[in-house]
Amino acid sequence: MEDLIETIKESFGTLTLNKMRTGLAILGIVIGIGSVIALISLGQASQKSIQNSIQSLGSNLLTVMPGGQRSGAIQGPSGGGTTLTLADAKAIESTSKITTINSVSPELSQRSQVTAGRNNTNTSILGVYPQYSTIRKVDIANGVFISQSDVDNVRKVAVLGPQVVEDLFGEGSTNVVGQTIRVGGQQLKVIGVTVSKGGSGFQNQDDRIYVPLSTAQKQLFGVNYLSSIAVEAKNANVMIDAQNEIGYFLLEKHKLSDPANADFSIFSQNDILNTASQVTGTFTALLGGIAAISLLVGGIGIMNIMLVTVTERTREIGLRKALGAKKKTIITQFLTEAIILTFTGGILGMVIGVIISYILAIVMSLPFTISFSAIGLAIGVSGAIGIIFGWYPAQKAAGLQPIEALRYE
Amino acid sequence: MIKVKDISKIYQTGTVETAALANISFEIKKGDYVAIMGPSGSGKSTLMHIIGILDSPTKGEYFLDGQKVSQLSEDEAAEVRNHKIGFIFQAFNLLPRTTALQNVILPMRYANISVEERVEKAKKYLTMVGLGDRMNHTSNQLSGGQQQRVAIARGLAMNPAILLADEPTGNIASAQAEEIMKIFEKLNQDGHTIVMITHEADIADHAKRVIHLKDGKIIKDERNGKKIKK
Ligand SMILES: Nc1ncnc2c1ncn2[C@@H]1O[C@H](COP(=O)(O)OP(=O)(O)OP(=O)(O)O)[C@@H](O)[C@H]1O
Ligand SMILES: [Mg+2]
Repeated sequence: MEDLIETIKESFGTLTLNKMRTGLAILGIVIGIGSVIALISLGQASQKSIQNSIQSLGSNLLTVMPGGQRSGAIQGPSGGGTTLTLADAKAIESTSKITTINSVSPELSQRSQVTAGRNNTNTSILGVYPQYSTIRKVDIANGVFISQSDVDNVRKVAVLGPQVVEDLFGEGSTNVVGQTIRVGGQQLKVIGVTVSKGGSGFQNQDDRIYVPLSTAQKQLFGVNYLSSIAVEAKNANVMIDAQNEIGYFLLEKHKLSDPANADFSIFSQNDILNTASQVTGTFTALLGGIAAISLLVGGIGIMNIMLVTVTERTREIGLRKALGAKKKTIITQFLTEAIILTFTGGILGMVIGVIISYILAIVMSLPFTISFSAIGLAIGVSGAIGIIFGWYPAQKAAGLQPIEALRYE
Repeated sequence: MIKVKDISKIYQTGTVETAALANISFEIKKGDYVAIMGPSGSGKSTLMHIIGILDSPTKGEYFLDGQKVSQLSEDEAAEVRNHKIGFIFQAFNLLPRTTALQNVILPMRYANISVEERVEKAKKYLTMVGLGDRMNHTSNQLSGGQQQRVAIARGLAMNPAILLADEPTGNIASAQAEEIMKIFEKLNQDGHTIVMITHEADIADHAKRVIHLKDGKIIKDERNGKKIKK
């Protein structure tokens, strides 16, 4: 133990002799570890932000879609099939065989052309029940949401997403409640506007029009099927039970005996989360992999410096061996130097990596996460790099013959 | 103490074979003070490397303290060197930028000697060679003669069976060389066995016995100026 401390002290002494060279050798590791930490944190931060936005859609949510189970967890949002009906939704809600759910929201979604005055837009029309707003967490900014009486009376009313308001009435329009819009030859009265949820692309929740389900089915589209049934489970722990109960119940109701022939599929928010996590996980791994290459280059730099050191100190090594140093002692000495180099580089790189990920998080408005696994990895890896890339130079030093080494000029 | 039997060392350079040592045999008793003389290229350093177990002979046997040491593994040889041989080199070979004290401690670090004992012994030997006031000077802050005295203290650190010196005065001024010779004489009086290589006759005169080498062979073996009979 005392000897190890002495060896470490001695190594520090040797390494501080040539500060410029030591610094440059360490720099490779600093950059390597720094970029690994920064990029992994970046990947994990974007993963977290995607997870957050998916979870904000409701974490106890199950979605029943028409059509059989496909291999991927996400199907096209329209589903395409016509096998789910309002009767299914009502049965799921009222049966005593399903005990793990809170509420059920039957939904019909179709794209359609919408006009208001001279403006028009193409957007999703969602036929819904009032439960939709609680299950899918839709908040109202102005007016009211679709009510049960709107559904029961097949009222021609609509609730608009802020994007639709902007498209139809111009940016900054505030007072659109009471206005009229036209969908497929029908006049609908605007009764509310939802709060902006942000988001973009295929799942932009601001670019939507909500109408009573009955209105959508009978007045607008003339269909009697549903495009999905959203079900809220009692809590996150019963998701699987709920999925099974609904699944078996619907199979029975549809008179199907083999689950492989199911004409519907059920997804939990977790399924979607998992797929998204898989994608972002791959992304993170890819970033980490790229950074790992710079770490490898840093390691080769260390090996290079150690080889130069061994050559320069051939006489010293010969002397030590002549005075009784065994192979093991020489190996320990040079490995200690290499590990001190990479370890110092690892710690510095870690600090820099954390600072960079903090800045990135602020600039890209992502959640800032310090990944402790990445830090542990960085410390472990930098130590391991010292051993791996210090090994060959240390072996070379230990293998020197004392007389050859003493004779070396 | 030292028993060398029919030792040869043949160097092969390309297709040319050089016999640096050719069938050499001799014995050195405990407490003796031997000088090895000879012209350049006569095989003095080669012999010293074999006696110091830094190199092994091509042929022949070598016993040190009754132990056959001519064919040891590298680590075994390191251990024997550490415990039984004190080296003093022509070029001093101190660790650069390291204090005199740390240099003397070095061989003791390769043996199981406690830290306190190492420091205590190193101080004792440095004081003995007259460097009690220079212990914390680094090697580049010392004169050639002082460096060689640090090397002698280092050679004594493990209290070895023999002290091996290869041209110990070759790189220092003659006044300093005399001082080194006084230390050697005192060490020999205290019972240390010394084998010293030199090509200077006045240095060899300090020894009790002088072995003359030429072309890898012993041509003369004298004790106090008289020939030793075989
Ligand atoms: N590694 C080697 N390879 C080939 N030949 C060698 C080697 N080392 C020594 N020799 C040869 O062996 C012979 C003896 O060399 P050695 O170094 O023992 O001489 P020396 O008596 O110490 O000479 P000097 O007084 O110049 O130091 C010389 O001819 C030398 O060229
Ligand atoms: Mg020589």
